[in-house]
Amino acid sequence: MRFMMIVKATTDSEAGVMPSQELIDAMQKYNEELVKAGVLLAADGLMPSANGIRISYPEPGGKPKVIDGPFTEAKEMIAGYTLIEVKSREEAIEWAMRMPDPHGFGQGEIELRQVFEVEDLMADPETLARETLLRKQLEEQKQA
Amino acid sequence: MTVANTQRTIDAIWRIESPKLIAGLTRMVRDVGLAEDLAQDALVIALERWPEIGIPDNPGAWLMTAAKRRAIDLLRRNKVRDQKYDEIARHAELYTEDDVDARLDGEINDDLLRLIFMTCHPLLSQDARVALTLRLLCGLTTDEIARSFLAAESTIAQRIVRAKKTLNAEKVPFEVPMGDELKERLAAVLEVIYLMFNEGYAATSGDHWVKPLLCQEALRLGRVLAEIAPQESEVHGLVALMEIQSSRFRTRVNAAGEPVLLMDQNRAQWDRLLIRRGLAALERCQKLGRPLGPYALQAAISACHAEAKSAEETNWIRIAALYEGLSRLMPSPVVELNRAVAIAMAFGPEFGLQIVDELSVEPAMRGYHLLPSVRGDLLVKLGRLEEARAEFERAAAMTRNVREQALLRSRAAECMSDASQ
Repeated sequence: MRFMMIVKATTDSEAGVMPSQELIDAMQKYNEELVKAGVLLAADGLMPSANGIRISYPEPGGKPKVIDGPFTEAKEMIAGYTLIEVKSREEAIEWAMRMPDPHGFGQGEIELRQVFEVEDLMADPETLARETLLRKQLEEQKQA
Repeated sequence: MTVANTQRTIDAIWRIESPKLIAGLTRMVRDVGLAEDLAQDALVIALERWPEIGIPDNPGAWLMTAAKRRAIDLLRRNKVRDQKYDEIARHAELYTEDDVDARLDGEINDDLLRLIFMTCHPLLSQDARVALTLRLLCGLTTDEIARSFLAAESTIAQRIVRAKKTLNAEKVPFEVPMGDELKERLAAVLEVIYLMFNEGYAATSGDHWVKPLLCQEALRLGRVLAEIAPQESEVHGLVALMEIQSSRFRTRVNAAGEPVLLMDQNRAQWDRLLIRRGLAALERCQKLGRPLGPYALQAAISACHAEAKSAEETNWIRIAALYEGLSRLMPSPVVELNRAVAIAMAFGPEFGLQIVDELSVEPAMRGYHLLPSVRGDLLVKLGRLEEARAEFERAAAMTRNVREQALLRSRAAECMSDASQ
């Protein structure tokens, strides 16, 4: 199952202040650990909301309203995400707990959310012609 | 935190830490069975202690220390009884705290790689290799492995015990082989991972939701292997192949559970993230600048499909060329049949049919229902409907898969009705 670790924005991240080298190193080490465990799918940091755009639909069926950043309320925005694939919810929590405090000055917050997808994997796994071919091929390899 | 919560947290930590723990301990005690026992003992101690003292900050180091204390205890109790422990005693420096940290930070990559080579040793049967790898490297329980293979738990447990005994009795070294041996052994490792993946992917029977576990574990293991052996191009090739194939999970069958052919799949539902990852792995493989191996070639073929916006826009000429390369590397009538399909798509059904007809005389293809199935398909395209119908009927009689039978029979029926119009 997939989980997204969402790092919330802070006043610093919104102001475009780069994290300390120490924090960058710790984050890098953490990401390496995720990679070496084979669980990391994707990770990105977002630019401050100053160059973001918000599109809202205040009228049902009406035209969208477009607002340019920056936005207020840093805590309601995100500054980055890390997508992982793990076997259980607890494993996701365990990984999230190991992430370094993402900002390091009292405003750090990580939100862990599960990604919809389980039903994709529950589909009856029937054999496709091509996969059957590969499988057969593999059997032949074994016999050879 | 409730006891049940702590238990689940400990399970999660175990899954994350156990491969490193077992790999590190195997390096010290040179016995994968003993290493697993020691690691399990540490887990039991954690299960007793952690609900009281809370989960430690560095659970991996905690477990490693506990496992080593346990080893020392055993050693003291059975001073001369077991040569193994005697051996440990001679390496007393292994028991310093510094060593624990070094084991956890330092050469863990190598240790994991060694462990993969050990559990996938050609000395073991295929089944044993898969079971032992899932157990020691993926941290799955025997119950989970048994359910994935629709086998009795006792069977799997025995298989694992026997495998560990074999490794011990044959004194299989805990090492990454060098030179030509590395190539050979790596091939065995990749085969185990791909076998695991296919078992989950192309499952023809059984419990539907446990099988994908194997796919995920195989993919995870492949990703780990790519990180710890980044110079091996076929590792990236296999990872690319698995990522791209996984991207099609949700489109492979329709709501009624019938298989959907690659050409008819809803491409909008392919998982773009996995495709991107697959293409990136393929690029890493190509950047190594070596001739593509069988996995990389199959991945490149998969990539052609993944990159095409529709079946019509597929680069069939490239796919035909890749199959050509594949059939040179590992000649097989099955690869040849695939090549025939690609040639037909690229240059016209009559050229494909020529290859298929040449293949029909192969004894290996006699009972293979996909040959008449492909032949029928090409005949339809050439307007030879009556012959096509006979081929679909023949193919239907050859397959045991009920859903495939139904699909083939309906295609045969279509030929009849089209011919009568």
